[in-house]
Amino acid sequence: MPVEVLVCVKRVPATGGRIVLTADEQEIDTKYLGFTVSPHEECAVEETVRIVEAHGGSSTVLTLGPAAAEEQLRDAMAVGVDRAILLETDGREWSPIATAEAIVGAVRAREAAGAGFDLLLFGNEAADTGDFQVGIRVAVALDLPCVTGVKALEVRDGTAVAKREADGGWEVFEVPLPAVVTVKEGINLPRYPSVPGRLRARKKEIERGVPEWRPAGPEKVRLRLPEEQGSAVEILGTGPADAPRVVEVLRQLGVLAP
Amino acid sequence: MAALPDRARVVVIGAGIVGNSMAYHLARLGWRDIVLLDKGPLPNPGGSTGHASNFIFLTDHSKEMTEFTADSVRQYQELGVFTQSGGIEVARTAARMEELKRRLASSKSWGIESELVTPAQVRAMVPYIEASVILGGFSTPGVGVVDSLRAGTLMREAAQARGALTISAQTEITGIDVRDGRVRSVRTDRGDIEAETVVICCGVWSPRIARMAGASIPLTPAVHQMISVGPVPLFADTVGEIRYPIVRDMDTNMYERQHGGDLEVGSYAHRPILMEADAIPSIAESALSPTELPFTKEDFDLQMEQALELVPDILGDERVGIRHAINGLLALTPDGNPILGETPEVRGLWSAAAIWIKEAPGIARTIAEWMTDGAPEIDPHGSDIARFYDHHRTPTHIRARAAEGFNKTYGIVHPMEQWASNRNVRLTPMHGRERELGAVFFEAAGWERPMWYASNEPLLAEYGERVSRRDAEWEARWWSPIISAEHLAMRDKVGMVDLTAFAIFDVSGPGALGYLQGLVVSQMDVPVGRVVYTPLLNKAGGIVADLTIMRLGRDLFRVVTGGGMGMRDKKWFSDHLPADGSAQLLDATSAWTTVGVWGPRARDLVASVTADDVSNAGFPFGTCRSIDLGPVRALASRISYVGELGWEIYAPMEEGARLWDLLWEAGQVFGVVPVGIGVYATTGRLEKGYRAHGNELELEYDLVEAGMARPTVKEQDFVGRAAYLEQRSRPPAAILCTLTVDDHTSSSGVERYMLGREPIVTPDGRPLVDAKGRRSYVTSAGAGPSVGRHLLMAYLPPEQAVVGTKLAVEYFAELYPVTVAVAGATPLFDPRNARIRS
Repeated sequence: MPVEVLVCVKRVPATGGRIVLTADEQEIDTKYLGFTVSPHEECAVEETVRIVEAHGGSSTVLTLGPAAAEEQLRDAMAVGVDRAILLETDGREWSPIATAEAIVGAVRAREAAGAGFDLLLFGNEAADTGDFQVGIRVAVALDLPCVTGVKALEVRDGTAVAKREADGGWEVFEVPLPAVVTVKEGINLPRYPSVPGRLRARKKEIERGVPEWRPAGPEKVRLRLPEEQGSAVEILGTGPADAPRVVEVLRQLGVLAP
Repeated sequence: MAALPDRARVVVIGAGIVGNSMAYHLARLGWRDIVLLDKGPLPNPGGSTGHASNFIFLTDHSKEMTEFTADSVRQYQELGVFTQSGGIEVARTAARMEELKRRLASSKSWGIESELVTPAQVRAMVPYIEASVILGGFSTPGVGVVDSLRAGTLMREAAQARGALTISAQTEITGIDVRDGRVRSVRTDRGDIEAETVVICCGVWSPRIARMAGASIPLTPAVHQMISVGPVPLFADTVGEIRYPIVRDMDTNMYERQHGGDLEVGSYAHRPILMEADAIPSIAESALSPTELPFTKEDFDLQMEQALELVPDILGDERVGIRHAINGLLALTPDGNPILGETPEVRGLWSAAAIWIKEAPGIARTIAEWMTDGAPEIDPHGSDIARFYDHHRTPTHIRARAAEGFNKTYGIVHPMEQWASNRNVRLTPMHGRERELGAVFFEAAGWERPMWYASNEPLLAEYGERVSRRDAEWEARWWSPIISAEHLAMRDKVGMVDLTAFAIFDVSGPGALGYLQGLVVSQMDVPVGRVVYTPLLNKAGGIVADLTIMRLGRDLFRVVTGGGMGMRDKKWFSDHLPADGSAQLLDATSAWTTVGVWGPRARDLVASVTADDVSNAGFPFGTCRSIDLGPVRALASRISYVGELGWEIYAPMEEGARLWDLLWEAGQVFGVVPVGIGVYATTGRLEKGYRAHGNELELEYDLVEAGMARPTVKEQDFVGRAAYLEQRSRPPAAILCTLTVDDHTSSSGVERYMLGREPIVTPDGRPLVDAKGRRSYVTSAGAGPSVGRHLLMAYLPPEQAVVGTKLAVEYFAELYPVTVAVAGATPLFDPRNARIRS
């Protein structure tokens, strides 16, 4: 049975080195950074593509973010998502409450147009704010079942079987579709975009909407970087003569028996 | 980590391929107490070496760059890090096919084995190429790839094995101390090191490090985009790194090269993306490395489509993914050449910057030789940091030219091609007059110089058949037949040439004579008022410069040299000034404007505006004197680079326009014509067999070979004298000759005219190689309107350097017959110099 899948992603800075804040401490300074989506969302996109490859139907990627977030939509289309929706903001950070509302609005609008979704996939949490909320809020607002933290997903006729890791085993949920699933990194190994995929994605239309900004939930005061965990290196010595000192350290650490 | 020493003989900053090669060659040449620093970790400190695609194509139109590259390949081979793969430059357009023929000629001139191949042959060698989109290729079997990080490690280890090297990674430079114009110490976050010699090998960071010492290295970091796709099914069974030849898709400014299971696709086609050295992220802030910036996909999209056309089997495969993509940083310079040598601002501070993997070990060897005894084997003059004038060092100039040059990386660049950006920086006092005369301006050292004047077009009808036309678009580009017409008019009547681009230095003081005697080949102890033409040599007898020196007083000499070489020559003179201060050098370039007045009517013209004696007896050849021309008191020097009676007239810059007007108006009755640099630098010079630095004169040839050895050598010692005497004691390995082209007709029936750098070969196309292994090539080419032939200069082995010898020149893959017209320095036109001395 064909499946209509929506996958939601968030444009975030691709950090790798030491993070630098802007002077007003409101944002991460991105002048040296590229942008990406969280690893969970990359896996959600891959899962979306695989489900549609396996069952037919079609896939849609949605993001709420600045105009530049088009890049993340095209990245998703480059690996096989069929179409994209950009809910365009002026660049301000939206709370999870407001974000979920905007997504719900877009989903309802499509339902009203007779193009609803059977499955709504999210990453377990965004890479930057880490609220863990948007997927759940969307499910509640749409009155859909929701499974979070999913690391295995199988779609059958009218249902989805989602598994998540629990202490010493798996929790297995079977939910009727439509449903919301938030996905964790590790559920699959995302593919790289191919050159034809990238070129196809470049030419695709993006559906755009401009949801109204609504302050909701806690407000950001400022960002603060945690204390750097500076590593102190002590050189114990060089050469075989100093080997006993290494043994001593290993004993202290409990790696070797006393 | 070893403690930093307090003192070092030399500190090498930067442990990329350049710094490692520097440490290696300095150690090899006997340097000890070398300290190599880098702010990053080893073996990959995070500079451009770490992300380079590491392939080496051999042929460049520049001899210097080709020699650096060939030497580097030899070194990489010795280190066991070179994998030969072959390489093919492919053409999608007819213009590019012609360019590939020109590259074939450069290969032949510089001794690289290459051939032209058909699309089917390309496909046979590189099975994933879509042959239908190309017209052919230029194949060089010696192309290959290197492991540049491994090479660096081996070089460091070799230097360490000699006990010559201390390495300190993760050591940040915080300052460079300079005292009395000389580098004294390097400050780091791990302590200071006293050193009187420091080499900056910092790639894109070089400007920042140089600035710490008050010096400038005019380059800009720029982005080169590269993606890596895989896994490529065809490459699944490749053992090692590469099996298929590297392809350069020249017309799209891209390359495709196998790297294990992946195909790397790189581009020089995207918009120039320049950065500031200070804007490069720190190692800590970098997601990958400081020189691997986030890939900007939108810049690469068009390139991806073009690459897909050429490599559809791999790039069109949906299973092959884009696994890695970076905006890699590399260094761009305003003229595209590296920046090598001791900085003019700070003694002991050396630059080894803007160097690619392909040429790094060869350049490092050259710089190490240069540092050791001032006599590198390969002549680095085109890359010498001293070539820059101050205006070249401005961010405006660097950015404009780097941006313009970036997309020429794989471009078809005509040898006379002019820059479009940042022009009109240095304007002569006569610029307005020249503009009114329809001057077509070419740039030299920032000066706008008329190459020819549109106002002289009527001369074409006057000289008719004597002016050769060029039907092939390539040779007609950046050229006009008016040049030849101006030439003939000058030889018939009189011409005026704006020579303001000269660089002029006044040498003064009680030690001036002794200082110059010790520096130049010719006798300088001449009467006041004499003009001396002289070469300058380095210790090994290589030709460093040639120029004229006027003796203006007992203790005052004026040096006049070409603008292009001006700043290099200035550094050479400055470096040799006596330590006791008994001679000083003043750069008077901006004080003087110069007009050349030459031709049979030159005396009549000058006499008409001066009361001074300008007769042959009163103002003989080879002398200079102050004369009054109307209201302008000028210095007139009776010499000529075009082989005619006349003078170079030096006037205060601000009086230049008046001088020009005066000569122009007075000259009308004598038929004066404005004459451009096309005549001065090419046609007039070639007919007279005058040698030019950078063409005929360079370190790799000597005065005997150039035909410039005088009958006697002065008694006084001078730099290079011993080597010069030794050169004179044995027969030359090559002799500079002037050749005439006997038949210009190509296979298509169009007449072709060589422009320079083409190989001189036997009539059946075999290269000529002299006893020192140097190939014969055209050092200068141009029309000889007065002798009615197209002229070529070339060094030939003695067996061929015989008047009447029949040879050939290869041009766009065809042979044209040539004949040796002159062996040695005798002019083809007016061999007895009657005109000059009339």
